[in-house]
Amino acid sequence: MTASGTASDASGAPGDPDDLLRTLGPQVLAVLVRRGVEFAAAEDAVQEALFEAVQRWPEGRPDDPKGWLVTVAWRKHLDVLRSEAARRRRELIDHAEPPAGPAETGDDTLLLLFLCCHRDLTPSSAVALTLRAVGGLTTRQIAEAYLVPEATMAQRISRAKRTVAAQGVQGPGDLGRVLRVLYLIFNEGYGGDVDLAAEAIRLTRQLAAGTQDPEVAGLLALMLLHHARRASRFTPDGALVPLAEQDRSRWDTVRIAEGIGILQQALAQDRVGEFQAQAAIAALHADARRAEETDWTQILGWYDELLALTDSPVVALNRVVALGEADGPLAGLRALAAVPVDVPRRTAVAAHLHERAGEAHTAREEYLEAARLAASAAERDHLTRQAARLRDA
Amino acid sequence: MAKYLLLKHYRGGPKQMPNAERPMDEWTPQEVTDHIAFMDRMEDDLRERGEWVAGAALSPEGAFVRYDGEGRPPVTDGPFAETKDLIAGWMMIDVDTLEQAQEKAAYLSSAPGPGGLPLQEWIEVRPFLGNPPTVTE
Repeated sequence: MTASGTASDASGAPGDPDDLLRTLGPQVLAVLVRRGVEFAAAEDAVQEALFEAVQRWPEGRPDDPKGWLVTVAWRKHLDVLRSEAARRRRELIDHAEPPAGPAETGDDTLLLLFLCCHRDLTPSSAVALTLRAVGGLTTRQIAEAYLVPEATMAQRISRAKRTVAAQGVQGPGDLGRVLRVLYLIFNEGYGGDVDLAAEAIRLTRQLAAGTQDPEVAGLLALMLLHHARRASRFTPDGALVPLAEQDRSRWDTVRIAEGIGILQQALAQDRVGEFQAQAAIAALHADARRAEETDWTQILGWYDELLALTDSPVVALNRVVALGEADGPLAGLRALAAVPVDVPRRTAVAAHLHERAGEAHTAREEYLEAARLAASAAERDHLTRQAARLRDA
Repeated sequence: MAKYLLLKHYRGGPKQMPNAERPMDEWTPQEVTDHIAFMDRMEDDLRERGEWVAGAALSPEGAFVRYDGEGRPPVTDGPFAETKDLIAGWMMIDVDTLEQAQEKAAYLSSAPGPGGLPLQEWIEVRPFLGNPPTVTE
């Protein structure tokens, strides 16, 4: 698969020295962890090696930067072991030269990713540790992205490290958990100076490069397809623009084409999963030049598939939206009756269907209620405007 | 991964349990000290767990203020009558689920009061409106 080329896409192609170090840091960390170094100790050694690189490389960058870093980090680690041993036993252990670089690539990063998404970590801890250890972001950047104090994020990360260190390196981890963590990162969007959506795409690309699992490709495709439409999803002042009203000329066709290509290869494996089905729905939306050209019948088919895969009430609600478009608002309202009342956004969907069915008064009441229940300010404001629009109806 | 505001009220909210009815200036000095120590420990614990965002205690002195037209001084209303709601302090935490936020609030409500017994004051839990999610459109 190819990088789509823009600087902000974080394709993983290192440019200036800072980017190079940020990309290599996690890879070197992965090598050390693979060699059995305890997680926190490995990170200390990598930090020291990176520090040395910052000082030395301006005079001349090594031919194999990663091999250099691995060697130096490994030596730093041995130094620590030696001095600890010296303190304990008052004698030096034998000199051991570090094994020479270049180290394996893909697998090490995957190991680190699985380790950071360990089952004993809470989702927020897994997210923080992944961004720190695999993404190479600073604690400050992660704290800013999640709008918490830096000390809080530092604590979260060090607790996560202790949890992981206590468990040690185990066999293959839970891929589904890794995918969920990456999707959580993607959905956080942006805050501070880090674009978490781009970061999630970068990490998912790394994962996809090291595995043939079609769900990994499905998640990557889904992220690319959503990301391609991001510029049109909000007005410059942050108001939400519904899909049907988005300026489709602002969709990123390069990303859409890449996402669809990746999805098609994944679907060809004939092992459909949740992310592939979601990506297929996103692809059908992305395919429509105008909202009226949306192939709602096919989208409904994919929602049926998705519902069979997940049995999720949220998916059931989304299916109602597609059904309302494909078969009309009354069919949508009939199907809505079977969706549990506590599913988020259910009232907003009811309002939309009632408005299309010509029941403006009911729709207005429901928009107001949906605004009250909204989980984000942008959504609340959008729904409040919808209610205001129907005031004189 | 969601932020919640835990609000302590001097007044307002559901009818208080008996222990929380007694004003703090009627407690013994030791009871006050124990209560404050509990709150400090809770804050330390939240910091250590990476869940603390911010918090503060508020003075009971306060007033409502509003704009009263161009060139006119702001209108104030206060100090508050007994019936008005009043916030004593707040904590902002960042946890994974609403259930966790409610557990923290219940713990906060268990702070010792008169006789060293749990105060059982009502803690209001309010979710922050978050970032716009990407998933559904």
